[in-house]
Amino acid sequence: MSDAVVPLSAVRGRSLWDDALRRLLRNRAATASLAVLGFLIVAAVFGPMLSPYAYDQVDKAGVWLPPLAEGRVMGTDALGRDLLVRLLTGLRVSLAIGLVATLVSLVIGVAWGAVAGYVGGKVDEAMMRVVDVLYSLPFIFFVILLTVTFGSNIVLIFVAIGAVEWLTMSRIVRGQTLTLKNKEFVEAARAAGLGRGGIILRHIVPNLLGPVVVYVTLTIPAVILAESFLSFLGLGVQPPMASLGTLIAGGAQDMELAPWLLIFPSLAMVATLMCFNFLGDGLRDAIDPKDR
Amino acid sequence: MLRFIGRRLLVAIPTLFLVITAAFFMMRAAPGSPFDMDRKLLPEIEANVLAQFGMNKPLHEQYVDYLAGVARGDLGPSLKYRDKSVADILKENYPVSLKLGLSAIGIAAVMGVSLGVIAALRQNGTADHVVMGVAILGVCIPTFVTAPLLVLGIASKLGWLPTAGWNDGALANMVLPVTVLALPQIAIISRLTRAGMIEVLHANYIRTARAKGLPEGLIVRKHALRAAILPLVSYLGPACAGLITGSLVVEKIFNLPGLGKFFVISALQRDYTVVMGMVIVYAALILVLNLIADLLYAALDPRVRLS
Repeated sequence: MSDAVVPLSAVRGRSLWDDALRRLLRNRAATASLAVLGFLIVAAVFGPMLSPYAYDQVDKAGVWLPPLAEGRVMGTDALGRDLLVRLLTGLRVSLAIGLVATLVSLVIGVAWGAVAGYVGGKVDEAMMRVVDVLYSLPFIFFVILLTVTFGSNIVLIFVAIGAVEWLTMSRIVRGQTLTLKNKEFVEAARAAGLGRGGIILRHIVPNLLGPVVVYVTLTIPAVILAESFLSFLGLGVQPPMASLGTLIAGGAQDMELAPWLLIFPSLAMVATLMCFNFLGDGLRDAIDPKDR
Repeated sequence: MLRFIGRRLLVAIPTLFLVITAAFFMMRAAPGSPFDMDRKLLPEIEANVLAQFGMNKPLHEQYVDYLAGVARGDLGPSLKYRDKSVADILKENYPVSLKLGLSAIGIAAVMGVSLGVIAALRQNGTADHVVMGVAILGVCIPTFVTAPLLVLGIASKLGWLPTAGWNDGALANMVLPVTVLALPQIAIISRLTRAGMIEVLHANYIRTARAKGLPEGLIVRKHALRAAILPLVSYLGPACAGLITGSLVVEKIFNLPGLGKFFVISALQRDYTVVMGMVIVYAALILVLNLIADLLYAALDPRVRLS
C-alpha cells in the first residue's frame, strides 16, 4: 500500500441529498424551526419526568395560581393542576398523534398512489374514484363518525385522522409515479424481468422520497390541528389526559378568570405549527429548487 | 356547456349515493341507539317506538327505505327532536351557517386577492414581507385560538362587540365570528394570488401589453389578474370544506344557532336521520361548488374546453 492512496471518503461526490441538506441549512427560518422543534420534542418527552408534579395531580390548596406563584412556572388550573406539566404532557400527546397518524397516512397513501399510478388503466380509475368520493365527504364529519362509531380512544384517533389524511398523499404519489414509470431505469428493470411488485417497491417508492418527505412535514401540523379540533369539540383525547386541543378548550372556558390557561397552550400550539410549516417550506425549497 | 353540466351532475349522483351508503352503514355500526335513555324502556314500548320509525325491519330494508325517501326528497323525522323533521332542522339552522360561511368567504376573497396583488407588485419589498408574514401567521393560528383570544380582548375587556349570540344576524354579532372564519382563508388566498400574480407578470402577453403603452393599473386589473386567480378558483371547493370545519368551532364558541352544533350532538345521540341529512347537504354542497369552480375556470381561461 502506498501513501498516495486517497481515502474513499475524500473523493465522495456530492449527492442530490447532500445538496439538499446544504440548501436546507442555509435557510435560516428552517434551521431555527428545526432547533425549536428539537427543543419542544425533548421538553415534551423528558419534561414531565423532571417535574415534581404529575399531570393529573390535584392540589385543592393551590387552585387558580397565576404564573410564577408558589413555584408554578405557568400557574395552575381550576383543580390546582400544574399547567407546565400539563402543557408538556399535552404537547407530547399532540406530537405523538401527529407522528403516528402521519405514518399511517404515509403507508396507505404511498401504497395506494404507487399502485394506482403504476398499474394504470381501469384499476387506476377505480382507485382514484374512491379518493374523489372520500374527498367529497367533509373531512371533520368523517372523523366524527369514526370516533362516534368506535368510541374515542387514542389509538382510534391516530387511525381515524391518518385514514383521512392519506388522500392528498395518494394523489401526490400517483402523479409522481406516472412520470417515473416511463423512465429508462424502470424500463431496464422490467427488461431484466422484475415483476410489478418488485418494481414498485424497489424502484418507484424510493424515488418518491423527495416530494413525500416534504408532504410528511406538512401533514404533521395538519394532523395536530385536526386532533385539536376534535379535542376542542370533546371528541378527542379524554380527561384527565391532555392534548394541546383540550388545554386550549379548557383555557377558553376559564379565560376571564385565568387568561394564562388559554395563552400558554395557544402559544405552544402556534409555535409548533409554525415550525413544522417553516420546515416543510424549507425542505421543499431544498429538495426541489425549481419550485422556488 | 349544458351538456358538460348535465354529465357532471350525472357523475355526482353515484358519488352522492356512495357517500350516503358509507355514512349510513358507519352510523348504524356504532353501538347504542337513539332510544337509549337513563331508564330502560319496557320491551313492548321499545318495540313500538322502533316500529314507528321502521327500525324493526332488517338493516338492508331500512337502507332501501331510506334511499327511497331521499329520492323523493324526504329526509325523514328527527329521532331525538320529537316534533321536528330533518328538513325543519335544516331550514331553521342552515341559513345561519350559510350566512356566516358566505360572508367569510366573500370577505376573504376580496381581502386575500387585494393583499396578494399588492404583495406581488412589491415583490421582496416591505409590503410583500408584511403580507406574507401575516399570511403565515394566519395559516398557523387555528380558529379555536383566534376566537377565544378575540372574545377575551375585543368583546370582554374592551366591550366593543357582543361576546356571543346571534341576535338574528345583527351586524355587531357577525363581526367577530366572520373575522375568525375569514382570517385563515385570507392567508391562503393571498398566498395563492401572490404566487399566481408573480408568475403571470413575467408572461409574454403582459410584456406586449406594456409595450403597447397600456397603463399599469389596467394591465394588472384586466390582463394579469384574470390569469393569476385561476389557482384560486380550484381552491374554492377545499376552502368551503375548511369553512365547515371552522364553523363547527366558531358556532360553538360564539353560541350561534347554526348547523354545527347538530353535527356533533346528533352523532353522539345516534340521531341517524339528522346526521344523514347533514352528510347529504354538505356532500351535495361540495359537489356543486366543485362544479361551479370548473365552470368559472373555463370562463376565465379560454384555453380550457369543457368536455
